[in-house]
Amino acid sequence: MVLRFEEVRKSFRDGDSVVPVLQDISFELKAGQTLALRGESGSGKSTLLHIAGALEAPDAGHVWVSGQDLTRLNDNRRARLRRTDIALVFQQFNLIPSLTVEANISFHAALSGHVDLLHIEQISAALGLLGQMKKYPEALSGGQQQRVAIARAIAAKPKLMLADEPTGNLDEATAQDVLEQMLKLVVQMGTALMVVTHSPNIAARMDRQLHLRSGQLA
Amino acid sequence: MIRSCLSALLSHWRRNPLQLFAYIAGLALATALWSGVQAINSEARASYQAAAATLGEGQNDLLFPKHGDRIPQKTYVLLRHSGWLVSPIVSGRLNDVRLIGIDLVTSTTGLASRKEALEPTLIGSDSLLANEETALRLGSSLEITVDASIAPGIAIGDIGLVQRLLGRDDLSHLVLLPDQPIGQPALDTIAPNLRLQSALTATNVAELTNSFHLNLTAFGLLSFAVGLFIVHSTIGLAFEQRRGMIRTLRSLGVPLHTLVILITTEMMMLAAIGAGFGIVLGYLIAAFLLPDVAATLRGLYGAQISGTLELRASWWVSGLLLGLVGTAAALSSQIWRIATMPILVSVKPRAWLVATASRFRLHSIVAAALLCATVLLALFCDGLLAGFVLLGCLLIGAALALPAITAYILTLLQKHTVAPVWAWFWADTRQQLPGLSLALMALLLAVSANIGVSTMVSSFRLTFVSFLDQRLAPELFVEVNSADQSVALETFLGSRKIEILPLLTTQVTMLEQTVALYGVRVGQTYRDAWVFLDETPAAWDLVEANNAVVVNEQLARRADLWVGDLVQITTDLALPIAAVVGDYGNPQAQIIISENTFQGLHPEIHPLRFGIRTQAAAKLRLQIIELVGIDDSAIIDQAAIKALSLNVFERTFVVTSALNVLTLGVASFSILMSLLTLADLRVPQLAPVWALGLTRRHLGWLELLRSVILATIVFVCALPLGLALAWVLLTIINVEAFGWQLPIYLFPINYLQLGGYALVAAFLAATWPAVRLISTSTSTLLGIFASER
Amino acid sequence: MSVRLLVFLLLWPFGVMAQGFSGLGAGAEGFDKPAPNLVFNFPTDHGAHPKYRIEWWYLTANLNGPDGTAYGLQWTLFRTALVPGEAEGWQSPQIWFAHAAVTTPDLHFATERFARGGIGQAGVDINPFRAWIDEWALDGVDLETLTLTANGSDFGYNMSLQAEGPLIFHGDNGYSVKAAGGQASYYYSQPFFQVKGTLKLPTGDIAVTGSAWLDHEWSSQPLSEDQSGWDWFSLSLLGGAKLMGFQLRQVDGSLYNSATWISPDGATTSYGDGNFSATSLLTSDVVDRELPTQWRVKLPDRGVDVVVTALNPDAWMGLSIPYWEGPVTVSGSHTGQGYLEMTGYE
Repeated sequence: MVLRFEEVRKSFRDGDSVVPVLQDISFELKAGQTLALRGESGSGKSTLLHIAGALEAPDAGHVWVSGQDLTRLNDNRRARLRRTDIALVFQQFNLIPSLTVEANISFHAALSGHVDLLHIEQISAALGLLGQMKKYPEALSGGQQQRVAIARAIAAKPKLMLADEPTGNLDEATAQDVLEQMLKLVVQMGTALMVVTHSPNIAARMDRQLHLRSGQLA
Repeated sequence: MIRSCLSALLSHWRRNPLQLFAYIAGLALATALWSGVQAINSEARASYQAAAATLGEGQNDLLFPKHGDRIPQKTYVLLRHSGWLVSPIVSGRLNDVRLIGIDLVTSTTGLASRKEALEPTLIGSDSLLANEETALRLGSSLEITVDASIAPGIAIGDIGLVQRLLGRDDLSHLVLLPDQPIGQPALDTIAPNLRLQSALTATNVAELTNSFHLNLTAFGLLSFAVGLFIVHSTIGLAFEQRRGMIRTLRSLGVPLHTLVILITTEMMMLAAIGAGFGIVLGYLIAAFLLPDVAATLRGLYGAQISGTLELRASWWVSGLLLGLVGTAAALSSQIWRIATMPILVSVKPRAWLVATASRFRLHSIVAAALLCATVLLALFCDGLLAGFVLLGCLLIGAALALPAITAYILTLLQKHTVAPVWAWFWADTRQQLPGLSLALMALLLAVSANIGVSTMVSSFRLTFVSFLDQRLAPELFVEVNSADQSVALETFLGSRKIEILPLLTTQVTMLEQTVALYGVRVGQTYRDAWVFLDETPAAWDLVEANNAVVVNEQLARRADLWVGDLVQITTDLALPIAAVVGDYGNPQAQIIISENTFQGLHPEIHPLRFGIRTQAAAKLRLQIIELVGIDDSAIIDQAAIKALSLNVFERTFVVTSALNVLTLGVASFSILMSLLTLADLRVPQLAPVWALGLTRRHLGWLELLRSVILATIVFVCALPLGLALAWVLLTIINVEAFGWQLPIYLFPINYLQLGGYALVAAFLAATWPAVRLISTSTSTLLGIFASER
Repeated sequence: MSVRLLVFLLLWPFGVMAQGFSGLGAGAEGFDKPAPNLVFNFPTDHGAHPKYRIEWWYLTANLNGPDGTAYGLQWTLFRTALVPGEAEGWQSPQIWFAHAAVTTPDLHFATERFARGGIGQAGVDINPFRAWIDEWALDGVDLETLTLTANGSDFGYNMSLQAEGPLIFHGDNGYSVKAAGGQASYYYSQPFFQVKGTLKLPTGDIAVTGSAWLDHEWSSQPLSEDQSGWDWFSLSLLGGAKLMGFQLRQVDGSLYNSATWISPDGATTSYGDGNFSATSLLTSDVVDRELPTQWRVKLPDRGVDVVVTALNPDAWMGLSIPYWEGPVTVSGSHTGQGYLEMTGYE
């Protein structure tokens, strides 16, 4: 089991009132499995993803990633887990502006300590990035930047890949293209993938779908 | 529209009080540093001018007795009857106050305006004029009118009154009025016993103190540069933050020129507020340091400056101008960019930072040009002005070259780094450079100024102390005031077989300048103690044999006469130069000949100053007082003089190191403010790194480290720059200004200490931004990744 | 030295400007005051009178060069006392100052000197006569035969003078009333000097001859406080007669005037207030002031109705005490030449 949520709760404070975001969420995700997380704006999708990515801690319940209970890890251990087992792709600002595309792609893999250059080249080729390797992020289009972010995530060979609207800022055709390649690579490597999306097309490509409605799984 | 537009612009400051603080505080500090140094400088200068003007010796030629220090009053009347327009001065000491008696009726100044308020009279009056402190020292038995404009330690009175108080009926010297009538007979035919000392070569108090002023002026210049960089950096960053708002305002239909006027007005008014604070701060700095400066100058040159600080327009206006002109200069480029910015350009602060990097190239080219100019100036140009231009080229060139050099170093480090976090760290640091470069330049200038000035002051001290060791080799010095005492002292000491070093002295005019001619009794003391800049073998033997002279560096440089050249001492006597001796801080040319040669030339002159070699100084001193009847105050021992001199330098150091700390403080404030302003821009850059598995604490430490590493690079660059600065100050500017060169001594421990200060300053500057980063909430970091859906 | 300190170099001896020209209207406590019926005692009275506040020896000359060009020359030694009396050395309360000027048709040279009394730098000796300050001197055996010298930085002169007539006493035998309130001075003249000598000008030396007029006047308060200045004329008319006349301008615009008619043999007639008149015909702009440089001068009792014109309107004495003094020519009922002095024009 790569990812397991058990009775996870999360709420945010908004002034004096407390707004529940996630309520008693429980689910599991196995290696090689893909999962689409759907729901309306504000339904808690991103928060769930952030908790899964060890970026935020739940208020109650337990989250296991690669068998480790995130709620029992301190900041350092969670950071290490992010380096070694988790890869994240956000909608924007994924890349480190001071590094070249090439350095960005290999950066996460290097952090986790296993750079596979051949692998990186294959991924880059698959995502059509070979011509952009020496450029800096701001020289790339939005679609290209997201491909770099995906390439970096995959190059790190994570056990769990989390993507939050990875193609949300892209046009339909580009989004489809980027998604296809991501799915292909994920499947090849047996990584567990959770994608936050509100696109039915994308959700349809996943093994499973979860629907969040007002913080609860529907 | 203007009101709503203005409230929109001002709302930025309300929302970002830190930036407002940075802007105003940056200007305030820059202005404070400048106006503080200026205040000290102008206060000291004003005091000399008061002193010089009080003495009336600054602007006019003077007539002195060729021998002794008295001019009969009838000589004065005779000169006037012959058409020589002179004004009499009598001066002497009373209760350690210098009394100056003048004749207002014939004196040089003040004839022009006569509509001013009537003041208490001096003519025929029984009242002296003095400032309050001096009045207290003179005691209550004298009638004194307190006048704050009189220089400290001096009391002025009618010539008749001062003659009475001093028990004299003669004069000390005569001031030659500027407009002399036609048909005047030659001075020699009227008063052959007087010599004319022209205003240019007069032993002028202000002249002597200039070498210390150079120190302060250099600091003033550098603090000006540091301040300019800070103002520039603050404004640049403040503008960058508001580009989005400006775009929005324009797209909402606010005309460009309205915006430009509004922003200019707003920024200039804020600048005026900041500069105003700075002037107050500068005043406090100056008030804090002035007692030390006053003590320094009093000890160093005997020039009195009063310990009180006046609000002189010269420094507070220049401080305000610095603030406003610096702001205006920085504003103009920003306004230009707004004016030329297309309305719908995307507002990407990050893009600005990167785009600025292309300016590095331009800066590097300018820097290279300036540094080339520096070398050319050093090689081919003479003159004080060229020296200062050289200094400017060197400093600005080095400052402009700094970002490119730093970027290059960081690139090298990045290339040779394997660990990914470190590779990212170097790359990220390099990316911060455009935003930090102005603050780093300010730090560079501050550190190199400190290195340069410290080197200069310390070299000055070392040189001077060893010089004192030479000149103060005899254990006792005695100054007598008559030929009788002179003979009595020599007889007394001769009878006891005590080595005595009489010093014969007179002023002569030769080589188109006034030269102090010294006659010395060459002995072992001179051979042992004197260190020459250049010499022939057995130089003292040649002097002793009446076959050569020793000259000081001032004479050598001015007359361009060096070892081996002949000096025409009189029409009949020309002797070769056996050695050139360094004579620091003395503007006058000197020639040293043997006692015998001197007596041959001036048989009427008796030695009035003596050095005495003795192992029992205290005992001998008592004997001289009792048996020869010489006043205790006329005998000085070497240790006292040395202690006094060292004390003077200690005070100089207090001032210097206080200014060191101040400039570093200001530079580190500039770094702090740059980092804080950049902090918001940094979040999107750091969020992905954090998401990829670096803790905020880790990132915070890296921020601190970055600041320290940048400071280290700056220090490494500042070291050679500071030494170059010292070299320019000591070997170019000092020679041009004063005619003597100071040897450079290096003080590695001192520099390391300064480097340590710089690193600490950088560390402290980065602490707050780092703490802010560490305590950034995860939601802020996560917010970066979420789009505004 | 602060300028403030030095300002009273001049202010002090002369008082404050608000009270008449150079303070001549200020009070005179402790000083002797002129009284009528003084019997002059010569040569003693040619010398200084230190118990009086002010005194001057005032010489003007109308000269001609070899080519007939007209020149004017002035030499004045002033004495002013801080307190009445004399003392030794620097304790002397006497201050001396002197003015010298040369006027040509288009140039004017003026300079001044200062000295303290008591030390020998300046003074007036009577036997033989010598009035001097620095190297300037009016020097002779007596007041009949004199030499005169003065130098500035750009001009100078050496003259010899020979008196060809008697001394002239103004007012009531030398008691000259200056105001309706009775303020007066002792005032006599020697208007009959023949002069020859050399003017030293930047363009070179010029040999000149002509006539000169010496005034000696002393008082303690010649002006009353409501008088602001004066216009003083000394005219030598063709035929040998001479006219000295002055008007003192009151602050309220009224005038007080006085004149002395000197016949060629030296006989004098004094005219009190209301006989002599001088009215401005033409003013010139001199050093930012409007100054009358052409006058209509009348003494009806003597049939005098003349136009007096400045040789050089720019004869401004820009010295510590500024005033106008220069040679004039006379035309109308009489012709001749003379000197004009105008003070108190601000």
